[in-house]
Amino acid sequence: MSETSFQVSIGEAFTAEDISETVEAPSKQLAKYAMRLGDDALILAQRLGWWVARAPELEEDVALCNIALDQLGHARAFLSFAGLAWAKTEDDLAYFRNESEFTNAQVFEQPNGDFAQTIARQFVVSNYQCGLYIALQASANSTIAAISAKAAKEVDYHRDHARQWMLRLALGTDESRKRIIEGLNVIWPFVDELFRDDELVEGLGASAVPPSSLRADFDKATLEVLARCEMEVPQGFVARGGGRQGIHTEFLGPLLAEMQVLARAHPGATW
Amino acid sequence: MAKNTPSFALSEQEALARFDEIIAADERIEPSDWMPDAYRKTLIRQISQHAHSEIIGMQPEGNWITRAPSLKRKAILMAKVQDEAGHGLYLYSAAQTLGIGRDQMTEDLISGKAKYSSIFNYHTPTWADIGSIGWLVDGAAICNQVPLCRASYGPYGRAMVRICKEESFHQRQGFEILLHLSRGSKAQHDMAQESVNRWYAPALMMFGPPDAQSPNSAQSMAWKIKRFSNDDLRQRFVDMIVPQSEVLGLTLPDRAIRWNEKRGHFDYGDLDWDEFNEVLKGRGPANSIRLERRKQAHDDGAWVREAAAAYAARENKEAMAS
Repeated sequence: MSETSFQVSIGEAFTAEDISETVEAPSKQLAKYAMRLGDDALILAQRLGWWVARAPELEEDVALCNIALDQLGHARAFLSFAGLAWAKTEDDLAYFRNESEFTNAQVFEQPNGDFAQTIARQFVVSNYQCGLYIALQASANSTIAAISAKAAKEVDYHRDHARQWMLRLALGTDESRKRIIEGLNVIWPFVDELFRDDELVEGLGASAVPPSSLRADFDKATLEVLARCEMEVPQGFVARGGGRQGIHTEFLGPLLAEMQVLARAHPGATW
Repeated sequence: MAKNTPSFALSEQEALARFDEIIAADERIEPSDWMPDAYRKTLIRQISQHAHSEIIGMQPEGNWITRAPSLKRKAILMAKVQDEAGHGLYLYSAAQTLGIGRDQMTEDLISGKAKYSSIFNYHTPTWADIGSIGWLVDGAAICNQVPLCRASYGPYGRAMVRICKEESFHQRQGFEILLHLSRGSKAQHDMAQESVNRWYAPALMMFGPPDAQSPNSAQSMAWKIKRFSNDDLRQRFVDMIVPQSEVLGLTLPDRAIRWNEKRGHFDYGDLDWDEFNEVLKGRGPANSIRLERRKQAHDDGAWVREAAAAYAARENKEAMAS
């Protein structure tokens, strides 16, 4: 059957189950690309899930949990799609890969820190993901395009949520301003990695989006908000990165250990 | 007296007569209606306790969000815990219509003055506990809460309609978790049985003490805030879960359970009310942990709330100036 007969339109519900049942397997190269996108979203969902019942206001428990849930939805879709290339399920990929096999960019695994650091991370990743998913709606691969179309609408809200909190914290009190500046200083060194091209992406042509092509819009959007916040772009240290090649900061291991512990204690079980 | 005379134009005696008429006619009391102080106080106590229970209840379940054993289960659990936060929000709003502020309710919760459902003072050491909470705890909550959709106070009754719809999903997902475990590997089946053994009695005690020892019940029933007695609701729950446990292939840890032809109900054994009272008095397995966590989240978030308030004030000032 041709790929077009499996096409799922943007407006339809497009779940992880739909993908694993109805979509044609991607090439291994495209699967690796989808896995990067899925890993970014999964690790972020895992980080944000920690905030449930710990947020500064009940409304923020709801908001952060909602963002986590959206990210988890994107992760499930991308990982289900990627898994088809190796006859693996989303859970095989999430629970039974080791740290060095995860290909998320390092910014996603950075600790929650205080609320300000979480917001700084959200500010960076939501602006990155917004540009990325908007561009990927035109992907030559219809599955990537459909998942991205749904995700683009959702991360637009995440970006708005982060922008509003950036303003509140930067212009609120002396303490909140100090904290958001510190939070952004911790997160910003990991921005560069998000926009580095590599052979995998270059080889995929119109199915993928070269990260470097997203940088100018990212800079424009974030600078605009930072200007309103009366904040500067942090200068100096740039993290070496390597997340796309499975090189991670020391924060990913414990996150995965916690996430995977129960599934690994019962190999072969279904839940 | 004319039915459309506004409350403020009535003498207290006339207002009470109208209140009694509304209750007798099974109609709703609304926030702007006159109501006896004791009715208002009872509702504030009950609704805020219910809200606090939703909020504290996020903790034992939230304990498994980061470790849920499949991505689908993780998504369902996150959505469920998010629902609980939403329920807390509607209920706090319903309580606010009675003239108490959310800050005050939060203060009462973290100072230990206000109560919440004792069931959340138990630990969730295993994944199967997420199943048991859904099946037994949410199941018991539904038995308690469906009649509250007809509670005489309008905002409470209406909040409960939506809450009950979501709770019935929660119960089904709990049942489904246990069904999967029960039919899974031996280790999974054992995990489910061990968890049900722990949650059964505390779930039955969620309906409160036996009718003879329930001090607030009679007045609440007269006011039609409460519609059925503790023991009636408990019986309804037992009658529901016994056949469900058979479908699950799990046993309930109560040898006295048997069908009573004459009563048309399942008999069940005595409950350990001493344990219930201990937990109620703050000496349950997790009372201090739950409150400490709530307090810490509240304290850690103080600077964020201050920043939000300062920013809002600044924006307002700028809007006024322009």
